[in-house]
This record gives sequence, C-alpha cells and structure tokens, in this order.
Amino acid sequence: MVASIDIKGLRFSWRGRTSFSLAVPDLKVAAGEKLFLLGESGTGKSTLLSLICGITTPSEGRLVLDGTNLPDLSASARDRFRAEHIGVIFQMFNLLPYASPLENILLPLAFAPNRKARVANQRAEALRLTSALGLNETLVTSAGTTELSIGQQQRVAAARALIGGPKLIVADEPTSALDATSQAAFVDLLMTQAEAAGATLLMVSHDARLANRFDRHLDLADVAQATRGMA
Amino acid sequence: MILLRLALKSLRSRILTVSLTVFAIALSVALFLGVEKVRTGAKASFADTISGTDLIVGARSGGVQLLLYSVFRVGNATNNVTWQSYQDIAARPEVKWIVPLSLGDSHRGFRVLGTTTAFFDRYKYRGGRDIDFAQGTQFNDLFDTVLGADVASELGYKIGDEIVVAHGVASFTEHDDKPFRVSGILEKTGTPVDRTVFVSLAAIEAIHIDWQGGGRSQTPISAKDVRQMDLKPKSVSAALVGVTSRLKIFTLQRWINDYTQEPLLAILPGVALSELWSLIGVAETALIGVSTMVVITALLGMIAMIFSGLNERRREMALLRAIGARPRTILTLLTTEAALMSLMAVLLGLALLYTGLFVAQSYIDAAFGLYLEITWPSRRELVVLALVVLAGTLVSLIPALRAYFLSLADGMQVRS
Repeated sequence: MVASIDIKGLRFSWRGRTSFSLAVPDLKVAAGEKLFLLGESGTGKSTLLSLICGITTPSEGRLVLDGTNLPDLSASARDRFRAEHIGVIFQMFNLLPYASPLENILLPLAFAPNRKARVANQRAEALRLTSALGLNETLVTSAGTTELSIGQQQRVAAARALIGGPKLIVADEPTSALDATSQAAFVDLLMTQAEAAGATLLMVSHDARLANRFDRHLDLADVAQATRGMA
Repeated sequence: MILLRLALKSLRSRILTVSLTVFAIALSVALFLGVEKVRTGAKASFADTISGTDLIVGARSGGVQLLLYSVFRVGNATNNVTWQSYQDIAARPEVKWIVPLSLGDSHRGFRVLGTTTAFFDRYKYRGGRDIDFAQGTQFNDLFDTVLGADVASELGYKIGDEIVVAHGVASFTEHDDKPFRVSGILEKTGTPVDRTVFVSLAAIEAIHIDWQGGGRSQTPISAKDVRQMDLKPKSVSAALVGVTSRLKIFTLQRWINDYTQEPLLAILPGVALSELWSLIGVAETALIGVSTMVVITALLGMIAMIFSGLNERRREMALLRAIGARPRTILTLLTTEAALMSLMAVLLGLALLYTGLFVAQSYIDAAFGLYLEITWPSRRELVVLALVVLAGTLVSLIPALRAYFLSLADGMQVRS
C-alpha cells in the first residue's frame, strides 16, 4: 500500500529569542490509515502539524505526502497542495464567524479547483456530509455560525475538512473543547466519514482515552524529539 | 469573487466600526465636493454679476478699479466723465443703449447710485436675468428712490418711507433738506445691486445744486424750487454701454480709449471680472487645500481602524491559511475590504452632497445670493472620487502588509 505520509530524517529548527528544534527520524502513515498521536503540549505537536501541512519548511529531510516531497515545492505551491490534499480541523475557532456554516464548509473549494471539480453539487454535498455528521439541515443553511454550539461547530469544521475528498485529514485536538460523551461520538463520526471518503486520518490529542478507537496509536515523544533552549 | 463575498461579509460583521469609518470618509468627500460646488458656484455667480453689458466706460484708471467702483461699488472713481463726453459716446452709431452711473453719496453705509430708469431694463445678471421689482415701481418723481433687497431688509424699509441721503461715503453731513420717498424695492439678485440705493440722475444733481466745494452754500435752494431748475448733470462716474452688434464692441472700445477730449477707459466686463477673480482666487486654493486635508485625515482614520482590528483577526487569517489561502490572499482580502469601504464612502458622500444641495439650494440662493447648480458630477469631480477610492486602497496596503507578515509568521497557529 502507498504511504500517505512518509517522513525520513526530518529536522526543523527555529531561532528567535528562544531556540526550538524538532527531529522526526522516521514516520510512515499508510493511505487510509487512522493514526492517533498522543502528545502533551510542548512536545512539538503544532510544529509537526505545520510541517505536514506545508506551512513551515524543514531544514533537512524528506516529507513526502502522497508521493510529493513538500520541501521541494515553492511556498505558494505548498499552499495550493494543502488546499487540494489536506483538510484541517482545529481545537476551536474553526469557523469564520461572519460566514454562514454552509459557506464555511464550501470555503476550501475556492482555493482548491480539483477538490471543487469533484463536487458536482456543492450545497447537496455539504448537506450530505453534515447530515452524516448528525447536523440538521436548517442549522447548516439558516443559522448563524456564532449561534452554533461548540460541538456543532466542530462538526461543521469536520464537513469542511472532508468536502471534495482530500486525501489527508489532520485533526489537532478536535475534541478537547467537547464534553466526554460527545468526544467519542464526534471521533466515531469523523472516522466513518474519513473511511467513506478513503482519506487518511491523523489526529493529535493529549487525551489518551480515544486512542484505542484508531488503527494505530503512537506517543509523539517516540516519534519526534523536541529540544528547547535559550538562544 | 469569493474574496469579494468574504470581504463584504467580514465588513458586515463589524458594521458599527465600519459604518463609522465609512461615514467619516463620506463626510469628508461630501465636504470636498461641497467646497468644489461652492467654489465653482461662487466663480459663476461672480462672473454672472453683470451680463448683457458690452462695455463699461469711466475715466482713465485701471480696468479692475473701474469694475470695482462701477459694478461692485467698492472704492471711488478717481475722476468723472464729463457730460459732454457722455453725450459724444451716446451719439456713436455703434451704441444701442447707454446707462449713466453717478456715485459718491451714501445712505447708512449703502452706496447711492444715480442713474436712469433704463438701468432696471438694461442691467442683467446670471446670464441675462432681469432685475425684478419685489414691490412698487421704478422712480417716477424726482425724489423717488428704489432700494436693493438687502438695503430694504436690513434697514426695514417699505414703500412710501422717507429716507435722507448723506453726502459722501462716510460722512455726517446729510442732504436732509431734500428727503427721498421709497417707490420700489427690488428682488434679491445676489449681486451688488442688492446693496444699492437707486435714485435718478437728476436727483443727484438736485441734491448737490446748492453745494459748493464739498459744503452747503449760503443760499440754499428748497426741494420745491429745485424742480423748476435745469438738472442736467455736469458729469457722471461711469456708464454701461450696449452695442448694436457684438462685432462693434472693439471698434467702440478703441474709439473711446482714443478719445482725445478727455482720458477715458472702456473695458469688457467679462475680462475685468476674470482679472479680478484671479486676484481673489487664492482663497479657493486654500479651500481646496483644507478639504483635501480632511479627506486625508478620514483615510488615516480608516487605516487606524484596520490596524486596530488586525490582532483580533489573526485567528481568522490563520484559519484561512490552514484551508489553503496564500499570504497574498490575506493581503488581497484586506485591501479589498478597504477598497469597498472607500467605494461605499464615496457613494455615500455623493448622496450626502446631493441631498444637501436639494435641501439647501434655495436657502443658499436666498441668503447668500449664491446659486449652486445641481448637475451631474463633473469630470474633475469623478476623477477626485476615483482618487479617493484609489488612495484608500493604496494606504490599506500598510496594514495589509502587516497582516501578510503576521500570517506568514503565525501559520496555522496564532502565537501570542
């Protein structure tokens, strides 16, 4: 099976008032795999996700997503690559407050022509995803984004990450703002939809309780070595 | 397209600050255009002070000076034109009509003008408009007087009132032995006519007939006796002349300027008016300068508003970046917002201006004699409006670039 993420000898270092470096010797995620990364804050979690999403560039090493080595691409090509291939869900503030839920879901398509081309009827597809994620239709089309509960907002964010079928879904603590019962429900819905779309799911969380629902779980500390210091 | 929609929605979500900013720019734009309207209106009103008159004739001095005392009643004639010269000009074949103007006296700060009834028919303003009588008629009796609109309203005169003319412009000696009766009051014109007391040329002669060398003579002549006397004037201050054909203007002008019996000057009112405007036109540059500063201030206000909003919008920008927006897209989004605000401000400014014009036009005309024409924006004004939108967009690059670099540094996470 082709690897969705293939990282080898990756190094990143950042120097400012403090210095920070991250090394990822080897990380492979198979296509369609659902991987859970357990990481406390400060373990280089955000940096690793930024690297995978192509927002920050490594100083050395290979970072291959679906056969494309990201460090080889220009900054704008990486932005385009992210738009086309990756759906991102954050812990909170996932949505533009001034756009409706439906507009938020459809927004990535504006930056990703190929994803857009895969969606014949945008509105119908958005509603199909949200109803699969357990959101009722009027909520998506008529309610204001700020009127939604946190749980509802996270589902809208999931629909936005999934629309147009990107190959990789990156979820950064997507459940931390939810209460315990909705956490499991959310992860299950997200997994089902990622599976249905044939996408790889990479979720990072500090909460180990959800780990055994995934195909595989790793401790971030075993994957990446972060070092901090004063410059 | 999506950016435009996002920009509009983002602006709508901050409706209060955005509308205040837009309103400030709109006011400044309306002010700028208003100043422009007043400026062109004032210039036009000024140029329309006198029309229908082909030449103004007076003793030889400067063109502007002749215009000032004959039309604007400012300053004094250095010399008079003798009645003989006046008759000679009147007898020229090119002359269609001639109206004498005799100045020198005043009534409570308003100049007294001795002339003939032809003045009310021949004097035109604002492109050929006639002087109309609000009340009463022109003078029929020797001691009848017609008042300009401002004279009547400021001094509270009505038809039939008696007034006494003072000798000279600022003097305490009055021609109180020969009072005048108000026979007519003119409509407001917005020209110096409003501030003039009109009497007949013969009346000027009559009130001065028993004066010698600036003082009253020892042998006064009563108002009753003077009516029996020959009241042909010895001289006039100036004269308005109309020619039979416009082609004759220059022939007549040259003849008058070359008149050998007396040094005379004939001027074209239009030429002298624009000469005079160029002297007082410095004020218009100052006006434009001030209103430009106001527009710049309003645009700076918009920049400050965008800057202050940047920090709370970092989250939004990181989000846009995460779903695939380039830093350049963030830059475009912010400048688009500024361009939209400037555009709305310009449109609102136009709306404010035209509303103001429609509401205040007649009041301004009545109160200041300033006629502001309601026309479509001129080419020059459209250029100014386009420049405001352009300037608003350009200056927004400053906060937009800041956002660009912030979003480069922040990436998907906002570091605080």
